Amino acid sequence: MNASLTPVQARPSRRFGFRRVFLFLVLAVAILFYLMPMYVMVVSGLKDAADVSIDQMWNLPTSFTAGGFAEAWRQLSPNLAQSFLLVIPATIISSLIGAINGYLFSKWRFRGSEVLFALVLFGMFIPYQSILIPLIQFLDRIGLYGSLPGLIVVHVIYGIPITTLIFRNYFANIPYEIVEAARIDGAGLWQIFRQVMLPLSLPAFVVVGIFQFTNIWNEFLFGLTVITNPRQQPVTVALNNLSGSFSVSWNVVMAGAVIAALPTLVIYVLLGRFFIQGMLAGSMKG
Amino acid sequence: MSSRPFSNVRFSRRQAGKVAAGAALGSALVGGIPASRIFAQATPAAGEAELEIFSWWTTAGEAAGLDELFKAFSAANPGVKVVNAAVAGGAGSNAQVALQTRLSANQPPDSWQSHPGAELKARYVDPGYTEAIDDLYTEQKWDSAFPQGVIDLITVDGKKQLVPVGVHRGNVMFYNKEVLEKNGITVTDAWTMDDYFKAADTLKAAGVPALALGSKDTFAVVQLFENTLLAALGPDDFTKVWKGEVGWDDDRVTTAIQNLARYFDSVNSDHAALTWDGAADEVYAGKAAFTSMGDWLYGDATAKEKQDAIGWVNHPGTDGAFVAVIDGFTLPKGAPHPVNAKNWLIAVGSKEAQEAFAPHKGAIPARSDADASGFNDYMKWSAEAFGKDAVVPSLAHGSAASPQFQSAVNDAIVSFIVDLDVETFQQALVDAQSDEG
Amino acid sequence: MAQGALERPAARAGTPRRRLIPERLLSPLILAPSLIALFIFVYGFIGLTFWVSLSNWRTPKRDLSLIEPLWETYRRLFTTTRFQIDIRNTIVFTVFFLIGSVGVGLLLAIALDQSIPARGLIRNIFLFPYALSFVVTGVAWRWIFNPDSGITLLLDHLGINWLLGKVGLGPLHVDWLISPRILGDIPMPDAVKAQIGIPVAMIPVIIAAVWQLSGFAMAMYLAGLGTISHDIREAAALDGASLYRTYKDIVIPLLKPITISVMIILGHISLKIFDLVFAMSGKGPGFATDVPGIFVFEQTFGANKYNLGAAASIVMLALIAIVIVPYLARSLREVER
Repeated sequence: MNASLTPVQARPSRRFGFRRVFLFLVLAVAILFYLMPMYVMVVSGLKDAADVSIDQMWNLPTSFTAGGFAEAWRQLSPNLAQSFLLVIPATIISSLIGAINGYLFSKWRFRGSEVLFALVLFGMFIPYQSILIPLIQFLDRIGLYGSLPGLIVVHVIYGIPITTLIFRNYFANIPYEIVEAARIDGAGLWQIFRQVMLPLSLPAFVVVGIFQFTNIWNEFLFGLTVITNPRQQPVTVALNNLSGSFSVSWNVVMAGAVIAALPTLVIYVLLGRFFIQGMLAGSMKG
Repeated sequence: MSSRPFSNVRFSRRQAGKVAAGAALGSALVGGIPASRIFAQATPAAGEAELEIFSWWTTAGEAAGLDELFKAFSAANPGVKVVNAAVAGGAGSNAQVALQTRLSANQPPDSWQSHPGAELKARYVDPGYTEAIDDLYTEQKWDSAFPQGVIDLITVDGKKQLVPVGVHRGNVMFYNKEVLEKNGITVTDAWTMDDYFKAADTLKAAGVPALALGSKDTFAVVQLFENTLLAALGPDDFTKVWKGEVGWDDDRVTTAIQNLARYFDSVNSDHAALTWDGAADEVYAGKAAFTSMGDWLYGDATAKEKQDAIGWVNHPGTDGAFVAVIDGFTLPKGAPHPVNAKNWLIAVGSKEAQEAFAPHKGAIPARSDADASGFNDYMKWSAEAFGKDAVVPSLAHGSAASPQFQSAVNDAIVSFIVDLDVETFQQALVDAQSDEG
Repeated sequence: MAQGALERPAARAGTPRRRLIPERLLSPLILAPSLIALFIFVYGFIGLTFWVSLSNWRTPKRDLSLIEPLWETYRRLFTTTRFQIDIRNTIVFTVFFLIGSVGVGLLLAIALDQSIPARGLIRNIFLFPYALSFVVTGVAWRWIFNPDSGITLLLDHLGINWLLGKVGLGPLHVDWLISPRILGDIPMPDAVKAQIGIPVAMIPVIIAAVWQLSGFAMAMYLAGLGTISHDIREAAALDGASLYRTYKDIVIPLLKPITISVMIILGHISLKIFDLVFAMSGKGPGFATDVPGIFVFEQTFGANKYNLGAAASIVMLALIAIVIVPYLARSLREVER
């Protein structure tokens, strides 16, 4: 499994014990630090409305109730489904496009392709709130406004730069000799892609898949503005609506935050090891 | 592997197909709005199956109040599906993003929530997003149902553009009854700024912060400022200063800003970390004496079951003036369902709907002929004042000045909280006014 | 043989193929849809934004006529104290955030590289924050850094403050998030009205951001560490290098390409940052945590000063370009090798 992650053998030395203790101490502190906010969120979500206030944030809930989770689930579940309907197609499509583009930019270059690649990459950098209004007006003009497919298209397009980058770097590490050999055998562009590159690229797909899933799932601004019907908006927007305009019931909001984060957390647990292994094969090098 | 010609074009065809499918699916998903828009214009009464209402009333009392309005509409218009397109986030942030992008794409809802006055004009009337409703007013006899002060606020450039539903009062100070009693302080509606500062000194000496402020909410401090300004200028000049008829370099403005700085002599030490309801909590618990906030605070207190611990009084020096924070609904130009949109306005402008809405929202009905018997003590006091006081617009809630001016004041306040520099703040106000051009 | 260069296939075995479209054109043609889409959705919109930044559009009513003089809006932007503060803040944030996430990420990766139990679980714990949305993290960390309740309270509960009090260091009252203090004051020309130093209120925001994104850096480094073959490290160990030297002189330099990638991805996130700061502290006391992302948001949707918001957006883009492009160039050259 993790063959290449074999740890460096610690050399036996007088300081062996000290180093291990130090390591465990550092890890323990880090673990506490990383878990602290999630503890606050989960604990607050489990409390009843009356017990949730900022000066009791560290206390465990006094009673074993579902706290805010029941209400949060009630309000968020339709939108959870919407988020899945958004993220899964968007991730799959943008990964495929990124794979094809990355393949072309690394193995089928032409004059000016490096410049084009840089231009593609630059698309990663735009701040979304700056282009929101022209985007919405354009979407309306091409008839994609207000619908889930429109939102999918938006996420696919803005995902092209990063997915292309990741795949291109990944494929760049596959020696050209392999492609060369296939070409000599008579394979064309698509054949090489399907029969040579794709089988090798599973780790990259996992990386890109997780990356895109996380980004699209947690995205808020586009979900708020591209889709207008609240019942069709992704869960991040619904989560925002859990907070009232003036006062907030924190147990519901915190519980909602935990619920909204669960799918991504589950993906990480299931695919986390591929994430590392995927990058393992050099997809993230350079 | 395909050897077919143009096999690579498969890709772009796929994309084109996606766009077409998307458009079709999109139309289906939004309930055929494009189609009904066309039909509605041709045959007004046919094919209007929905009503989409935009607001930022998403939780608790607000949502319940909105529900009452929906009920009133449905009672008169059975068979129409009401779509609640509410987005949380108040007048300044997320809800505005959603609304503004929709309007800029010519995809308005059938009605949206707005404050009257400058915001209504700048954001909706001037860019041409609304329809005037003077004929609706005449038809529904609303000219006599709403107080003149309110009618003035909803009239932009001579045309009526909003149907007001609920009224909150902005110049209220709430206090903890016990704290005041313990320190021998009594307050009446007629009290002045000097009375306040005298009380503040007493409280400070007793170790209790006089004012609980939640300065994390910039609007809370803006409210404090405008109420103090109201005390210094009086309702007539207060209305004038927003129009530029009284200059911001006026001496009384200086006095007002100096008073604003004086509040900070006796204020809760953690104000920078608190939102307005956190500050309210301090008053409920007796950790501070006063807090300056609009009367949605009363709703908050009720929700926390603390309404008996607090009393209310109008902001020092503002007796006879009512800073109105009014919520109302508009008639969009190019509404997807114009007939339903008009009927919506008729419903929310009705006596019954407003009476049902008011207690949930914690506001008093905008109509002056509403039945006050169901009101709680606070609402009774507020309704009485509304009936006789001079109604003035609020800056913090978009009625008194344009979004640009408001933004400039917000920025100036953020700096003022830190340095309490009266001159810089006053200069910022003068500059903001000249920017308005 | 140049990589990726198109060549005519040499004499080959296998079915001869007729292609209607010469292979030379295949690649650009397939890329075309993506390029066109990006041309519209990225460059078209940026172009529009740039035009707006030069226009008179200062109210909700659209006005795309050009402003006189042309650079007036930009002049205004750079003389606004608030925006100067924003630039200061974003530089401070980016610098410390990058150092923090890269450093912490690297350290965690190295720690996980050792033989420890439950490595998978621990790795996931460090990765989890990345799965959360910025808004959620912002709220949680706002609570944690609340002066009276958050860390301060925790330190009280855990008795640490009592200990510190006994030792004379006094109980720690962490009120950074609401403090308008600025550490340091670098002298600047008069036109710069903002105090140039490190805003104390930024520190909690940086901590929150590092918490959220260092897991990503760690994952990248873990992958890289995995590719550094066991043999190299064995060889180093046999040569008598200590663990510390092995890492410092061999492993870390080999990880340079990853560092570049991490800098690019985290760098542009930090320069664009909005949700996290907005949810956590908003503008902060005296704009101590205000960033250009918030400024653009407020000017566009709050004040409706579209030209000012657009100008700020262009400045943000320019900043990102200035910071990231050198890394990008280096990254592209690395891949060439």
